[in-house]
Amino acid sequence: MSLSPSLQPIESGFAEQPGVQWQAVCSRQDLVSHSGVVVWHDGAQVALIYLPDAAQQTLYAIDNHDPQSGTNVIGRGLVGCIKDELVIASPLYKQHFRLADGTCLEYPEQRLRTWPARLRGDVVEIGVR
Amino acid sequence: MRFQALFFCFKKTVIGLGRVLFMNAIVAPLNTHKTLIVIGNGMVGHHCVEQLVARGALEQYHLHVFSEEPMRAYDRVHLSEYFTGRDAESLALGDAALYQTPGLTLHLGVAVLGINRANRQVLTAAGPVHYDKLVLATGSYPFVPPIEGAEGDSRLVYRTLEDLDGIRTAAANARRGVVVGGGLLGLEAANALKSLGLEAHVVEFAPRLMPVQLDEQGGRALKARIEALGVGVHLGKGTQSISAGEQYRYRMNFAGDDFLETDLIVFSAGIRAQDALARDCELEIGPRGGVVVDNQCLSGDPHIYAIGECASWNGSIFGLVAPGYQMARSVAVQLCGEPGEPFMGADMSTKLKLLGVDVGSIGDAQGLTPGARSYQFIDEATASYRRLVVDASGKQVLGAVLVGDNSYYDTLLQYMQNGIALPAEPAGLILPSSAGAPTLGPGALPESATVCSCHNVTKGAICSAIDGGCSELGQLKAQTKACTGCGGCAGLLKQVFEHELIARGVSVDKSLCEHFAYTRQELYALVRVEGILSFDEMLAKHGRGHVGCDICKPAVGSILASCWNQPIMERSLVPLQDTNDTFMANMQKNGTYSVVPRIAGGEITADKLIVIGQVAKKYDLYTKITGGQRIDLFGAQLHQLPDIWAELIAAGFETGHAYGKSTRTVKSCVGSTWCRYGVQDSVRMALEIEDRYKGLRSPHKLKFAVSGCTRECAEAQSKDVGVIATEKGWNLYVCGNGGMRPRHAELFATDLDDQTLIRYIDRFLMFYIRTADRLQRTSVWRESLEGGLDYLKAVVIDDSLGLGAELEAQMQLVVDRYECEWANALKDPEKLKRFRTFVNDQRPDPDIHFVQERGQRRPIMAAELNLIPVTEEVL
Repeated sequence: MSLSPSLQPIESGFAEQPGVQWQAVCSRQDLVSHSGVVVWHDGAQVALIYLPDAAQQTLYAIDNHDPQSGTNVIGRGLVGCIKDELVIASPLYKQHFRLADGTCLEYPEQRLRTWPARLRGDVVEIGVR
Repeated sequence: MRFQALFFCFKKTVIGLGRVLFMNAIVAPLNTHKTLIVIGNGMVGHHCVEQLVARGALEQYHLHVFSEEPMRAYDRVHLSEYFTGRDAESLALGDAALYQTPGLTLHLGVAVLGINRANRQVLTAAGPVHYDKLVLATGSYPFVPPIEGAEGDSRLVYRTLEDLDGIRTAAANARRGVVVGGGLLGLEAANALKSLGLEAHVVEFAPRLMPVQLDEQGGRALKARIEALGVGVHLGKGTQSISAGEQYRYRMNFAGDDFLETDLIVFSAGIRAQDALARDCELEIGPRGGVVVDNQCLSGDPHIYAIGECASWNGSIFGLVAPGYQMARSVAVQLCGEPGEPFMGADMSTKLKLLGVDVGSIGDAQGLTPGARSYQFIDEATASYRRLVVDASGKQVLGAVLVGDNSYYDTLLQYMQNGIALPAEPAGLILPSSAGAPTLGPGALPESATVCSCHNVTKGAICSAIDGGCSELGQLKAQTKACTGCGGCAGLLKQVFEHELIARGVSVDKSLCEHFAYTRQELYALVRVEGILSFDEMLAKHGRGHVGCDICKPAVGSILASCWNQPIMERSLVPLQDTNDTFMANMQKNGTYSVVPRIAGGEITADKLIVIGQVAKKYDLYTKITGGQRIDLFGAQLHQLPDIWAELIAAGFETGHAYGKSTRTVKSCVGSTWCRYGVQDSVRMALEIEDRYKGLRSPHKLKFAVSGCTRECAEAQSKDVGVIATEKGWNLYVCGNGGMRPRHAELFATDLDDQTLIRYIDRFLMFYIRTADRLQRTSVWRESLEGGLDYLKAVVIDDSLGLGAELEAQMQLVVDRYECEWANALKDPEKLKRFRTFVNDQRPDPDIHFVQERGQRRPIMAAELNLIPVTEEVL
């Protein structure tokens, strides 16, 4: 018999945070390792980047909207590491965004929204304040 | 470096084109510009024009260039390549746009008939033209000794493209050909006869080959090498007369009862300055012919200069390109009103490959300087010979002779040209060593050292270009022109360039990215040698960190695919691919994809066309015919891709790999099946090639084409691999490109049968995949390949690296493992998971909007966004 969600171990560096409401958006099986998928969340498009081997945080949630092209494609970008920071490259114009806070390495004026994200068992949750 | 000749005879014909251009010139508006005329558009004349334009001469002159030959200046140094596939156009020098420059008129096919010095006019069939300054660059013509019976095919010469056409015609019914003259041009002509399939012989009056450049031992080594290639060498023979032969058409009668029979005879027994115009107008002529010029290249008439082989300086004629260019530069500078560097004679050192044999001659090759001493190295086993001539003190190089291996040349030349003191054991400079030829570190060269003698580029000039921000070899060549003449200085230039960059603290970092301190080529070798199968394994063994980046992941992914050809949708490979490879479609500007099914060779049935039409209609896709003879369907959303492909695959289509750095298309014409000109079935060959190489991953995309005849309707010469049908089989061209930097493909091999063609393409492609840089097209790769086309031919055709079988086996593995990636993905629910716009919602991306245009839909422009509601209402 499986445990109820609230009793599952929590992965990904984000535990309970005051003022954050965790909402389930999809399941672990929907994720693609070392890469991104996109969820529809309350009118926003959120890209979920899953790095199962990472030492600390294994799941990131970042805006799918690419400000440079005006398209929703960030989740289809390539995940990499530049100067020890995890980044995702936009698939259209290849600018890089830090997964941790959404800042753009090349264009400081471009910044993506990020959300806290975690896995509770097989449930993927993002946090909303 | 080689002789360049300009005109060899005067024809009275004026072709139409010339007349038209001439009329244009006559009606040029009158203004304050003076008129400058250059007679002759050979290599030196062309260089002079280039220099004049570059130095702004057109601000003060109208420049008219008269050329008797019907085409603009071409590369006579590489003339024999005309027989191995280069056409006249690809031999043309420089940029055709130069002669479109306003103020510059090129009169092609217009002979100058005379010069009226008193009125300062040149006379042509279309009338006189006034000049303020005149430059004679009429070159030379081949000397044919007066021999009884020499006429027609027994009196051919080797100078112009027209001469070569004549030789080709004569060779059509010939078995054997003889060249009279064993100098460098004669040997080059023998090479030409050989490449026309004739049994070639060389007859030389002197007791050795290349008597001017080589000493006795060198001549002997060269003779042995050339004879080993099947070319007959007959020394010390003077032809007394030519009569009808018994076994062959002609018999050449030598002194005594000696004779040699042959079907054709090419004379290459020296050149004579083309100075007829100068003689007629009574300019002073040198003792061995040629217009007498002073150190400024000025003739006896202060309005007339002479440069190149038609000029006689200090009693000598200079039959090489470099001194001719030197004169051309000097005159161009003077005409622009600056003091030109005086011409003070020239170094006649040369480095060439004659009949595939390296021959080098530097300075006083024969040791004629009083007190000169020599070091010699003779290897009779391989017929190699090297001689170093030093001065009496043993401190300075005076000259050298090299036969068989020119890798010693650059260093020896630098020692001589720059007066660099010899090491204690000078013999070491010519002795074989396991470490290869000794090199003079580029740091040891003084600033004044000439690196490129064709364009007179010194090390100092290279340094200032680097200081001016030049950080790439190609850029350096474009900026300084170094290595754009004969190309002989390529190795040295690269060394100097890299040395100077390092000296400036610019690290010549060849790392792929911060995660791999290797070049793509090195990574390729590691994957092969260690049998590495995944990116993680590669990163763990040879990289830094645990993640990689968007540079190294696709690069390693491509190498893995090139080597092992696993489906790119394998779980371990997915995160490596750039978005187009991941989703097996091409992302467009609005985040939707285009879909390109393979239409091999551009051949498609009506039924399949209908299916494409039905799919396009069903999913409302914008359709467009591509340049590669297939059909691109635009505007598919991520979640639609599997459905679209399921329908296409059910109808027999497979993926076109338009999204990958991989084989794209094989364009073809209909060939002999339909076309009245076709000589081979080009469609069949295109299908065979496309079927073989489809799915092949490579450093960059690969485009192919097959034409059914020389009319070349498939434009094969603009492709990475081009195949053109001949009566006997197929000609293979490689490393062409269209696009941003067009490059004509080069003829690689001729008259191949099907199997040999495929074998060469296998080897060529795999060698490219093995050695090219990341995202380097074959054209750029080819230009950066040291040793150039000859090296590539040696590797692929002669199997000089012994890699042939390995390359073929590697290709066969890739071919055997081919599987349509889309068919593979559709079978696997895991792989299809990614093709969801939202993993938690069925809706399409609400931000994608289209508008109608010309009966199809297209992405909405940003400026049209506020019209969305209206547009939707209209739709």
